[in-house]
Amino acid sequence: MADELSIKVNGRAWAVAASPDTPLLYVLTNELELKGPKFGCGLAQCGSCSVLADGVEIRSCVTPVAAVAGKAVTTLEGLPAWYAETKKPSQAPALHPLQQAFIDAQAPHCGYCSSGMIIKASELLARNPRPSDGEIRQAMNGHLCRCGTYPRVMQAIKLAARVMAGETP
Amino acid sequence: MNTMMNTIMRDIANEGGTGFSRRDLLKGGGALIVGFSLAAAPELASVARADIVASPDPNLIDSWIAVHADNTATVIFGKCELGQGNTTGMLQIAGEELDLDMSQLAAVRCDTHVTPDQGATTSSSSIERGGPRLRAAAAEARAALLRLASARLDAPPAALTVAKGVVAVAGEPSRSVKYGDLLGDKRFDLKLTGSAPQKPVSQYTLVGARVPRRDIPDKVAARYTHMQHVRVANMLHGRIVRPRGQGAYGSGARAVSIDESSIKDIAGARVLRKGDFIGVVAEREWDAVKAARVLKVVWQESATLPGNAKLYAAMRAAHTTDTVVVDKGSLADGFARAAHVASATYHLPYQAHVPFGPNCAIADVGPDGALVMSSTQDVYNSRRMLADTLGLPPQKIRVQYYEGSGTFGHSCYEDAAQAAAIMSQLAGRPVRVQFMRADEHGWDNYGPAHVAELRAGVDRDGKIVAYEYQGWQHGWHVIETSQELAQLTKPKERTSGSNSITVNPVSTGAMYAIANRRVISHAVPMEGLLKGSPLRSPMDMHYSFASEQIIDELAHAAGIDPLEFRRLNIAGERWLGVLNAAAAAAGWTPRASARTDAETVTGRGIAIGTHHVSFGAAVAEIEVNRRTGVIVAKKLYGALDAGLAVNPALIENQIVGQMVQATSRILKEEVIFSERNVTSLDWESYPVLRFAEHPDVTPVVVQRLNEPSTGAGEEVMGSTGAAIANAFFDATGVRLREYPMTPQRVLAALAG
Repeated sequence: MADELSIKVNGRAWAVAASPDTPLLYVLTNELELKGPKFGCGLAQCGSCSVLADGVEIRSCVTPVAAVAGKAVTTLEGLPAWYAETKKPSQAPALHPLQQAFIDAQAPHCGYCSSGMIIKASELLARNPRPSDGEIRQAMNGHLCRCGTYPRVMQAIKLAARVMAGETP
Repeated sequence: MNTMMNTIMRDIANEGGTGFSRRDLLKGGGALIVGFSLAAAPELASVARADIVASPDPNLIDSWIAVHADNTATVIFGKCELGQGNTTGMLQIAGEELDLDMSQLAAVRCDTHVTPDQGATTSSSSIERGGPRLRAAAAEARAALLRLASARLDAPPAALTVAKGVVAVAGEPSRSVKYGDLLGDKRFDLKLTGSAPQKPVSQYTLVGARVPRRDIPDKVAARYTHMQHVRVANMLHGRIVRPRGQGAYGSGARAVSIDESSIKDIAGARVLRKGDFIGVVAEREWDAVKAARVLKVVWQESATLPGNAKLYAAMRAAHTTDTVVVDKGSLADGFARAAHVASATYHLPYQAHVPFGPNCAIADVGPDGALVMSSTQDVYNSRRMLADTLGLPPQKIRVQYYEGSGTFGHSCYEDAAQAAAIMSQLAGRPVRVQFMRADEHGWDNYGPAHVAELRAGVDRDGKIVAYEYQGWQHGWHVIETSQELAQLTKPKERTSGSNSITVNPVSTGAMYAIANRRVISHAVPMEGLLKGSPLRSPMDMHYSFASEQIIDELAHAAGIDPLEFRRLNIAGERWLGVLNAAAAAAGWTPRASARTDAETVTGRGIAIGTHHVSFGAAVAEIEVNRRTGVIVAKKLYGALDAGLAVNPALIENQIVGQMVQATSRILKEEVIFSERNVTSLDWESYPVLRFAEHPDVTPVVVQRLNEPSTGAGEEVMGSTGAAIANAFFDATGVRLREYPMTPQRVLAALAG
């Protein structure tokens, strides 16, 4: 029988009906009906399911929901608010600068990998605001894309870094 | 009612639709606009049991355009958004003819009961073949609106001008009326004759503009509904149960025994079986995943595949059906005049579609009808196939498209839809089937393998005088695996009906003026090999890898720079245009090979190619590590002439995507299989290009305002792979006759 479990996602506490061994991804998509994290492989190989747990990117497809109890989980939906919290601007922007940069660079094709890419890049820019090209390539290397959007994602991350540093892009 | 229709049509718009609006749509509001009627307002779960009626009539303007009271329009067309920007491009075409701007336009998802049948969204054909009909409908809608305005404003149509849906008497802006006030939410009730005058290209403002993609804002803000996110009420979660990895085509997947007690500890999980089709369902998704994993099934095994090691020998030894695709001039005469002859055999692998998110579908099947949601690229064909499986008349089945993850051809989307439909019919409830990673990798309809034997000759003046291409390949699957297993049908193979099934005569030398050319296609039976289907730029990477290397060899034999050699032999102005554009972007100047004895060597290569229409060219700059065998594609330059580019920014983005995917395919991708089954079932065993390995890509769109728009989604794939292969020769002096160009193959080739 499912145990009662509570997790904190995008700043809100949620009572979870699923069994504790259920991967977090299935709770996020089926119970919370979120559209950011996506099922890609169930093997932690591709990064489409990535979310932040206390600011650290994790693969929700292989993380049992019980493992994030007590942690603050952030999905793409909660990224602007998470950014506002960490950067403390006067008010939360509608989009994280990375999301805007993905629009400006016209990066996504099917968009299936975008959520995971943006989540991973947000983690990168939070700890390394001005990464080199090599550092971006290395940080993002666990995130696959079949449409071939890597060059545009690269552009978007560099653009967002400039915007976040207050530079004119 | 009017307000309601606006709401309805917007609600099912591609952008940000909730996915749950079909209840409203079925209430009858949509009937007024798109011509179908349904009585009650049933709960979603029983929608499929309602009396679903027919499809929109493509010969009516109302099937294409609906003008709303607030002076906006819904544009309805039967081509899907696949992340290629289709919606944006098609709306530009419609908006141009209607004189509406992008903010006044919305599109709807493909749906057998809403959108007209425009065939499959394949072969990069949406703008090329889907665009003209939409343009004609929009032009005719505008003409009809002008007639209404003429009466309202008491001025002849010729005296009227339109901007942003406001019709005014020329020179008298105060005498004006909005489209919305002329027709808002009423039907045109006019036949589409195709006779309305269309705007001349010289007056285009929206077509040709770099309009940003409409789907991207929702995709980056977690508001976009991919198929994988659709949920319906009272739904069961389903998974298919098959051997891990398909065996030889035709050998099926027969369960010798199923131990249903093996899943008794998983709450609510149960087995559904029809013929050899096996699935599991559960109330919770994770329980369905576990049940599919845990269920004990003993499969009948057979070791009838050749395995990778003997694949090409098996293809060459097969009893083939042969077709002479091109036979021009006299090969014997040509070779007699040749100063140099090059010949080689190429072995080219099966590759997988493997969308990044495995396919997913939802079906709600009742005794009298069905509603199926899937990422099919052809809702109408899906409906025909589902009708056969479910034993229902096609018009009782409604198929709705939701974008999945980039599919690049016929991946498992139909198979997932079939599985969901079969399971829903058995369960008597809606079923959502999500393929797992190994299902998609292991049961894909792979891009077929290919063997090529080439021979070509060049004369003393550097002119190609003879060219012969012989290719061996099989066709495509016809019946989806779920259906085949459920109905215990015999395997069938599609061997005709597409000019991508026999060797493509355009990709095999047609870009050069060659007086003596022969192309022969040897059709290998698919049975006993792997299941095949079109994969992005079907077979062209194979043809180009072989053909453009032979051309390169002739250039080197003739002592002419590879760019100059291609110019010397080019077949026409448009080929020359892309060749020069790619070369200019790369700053190509003739030089000797940069070959050295260093551990890391660099090379550059050039190639041209296409699918069937459009014109593509690529230049590749690569590094080869001679100790590790690792190739890194550093910089790629790609040029594409797709006629009138409706939106050059979309095409640039497609060029980038194609070149990165082609790099992945040429350097990394190969379906691995034993004598029993496919064993490359995830991203470790079927590696693709990773982020850190991606090349910089410079896309160039050659705009041809006075040529018809043609495909732009695959025509640079072939030249990209071939340019990388030619760059490898430039770097090392060695030709690779087989890809993917893995470190192992590179080291073996260098060891010579």
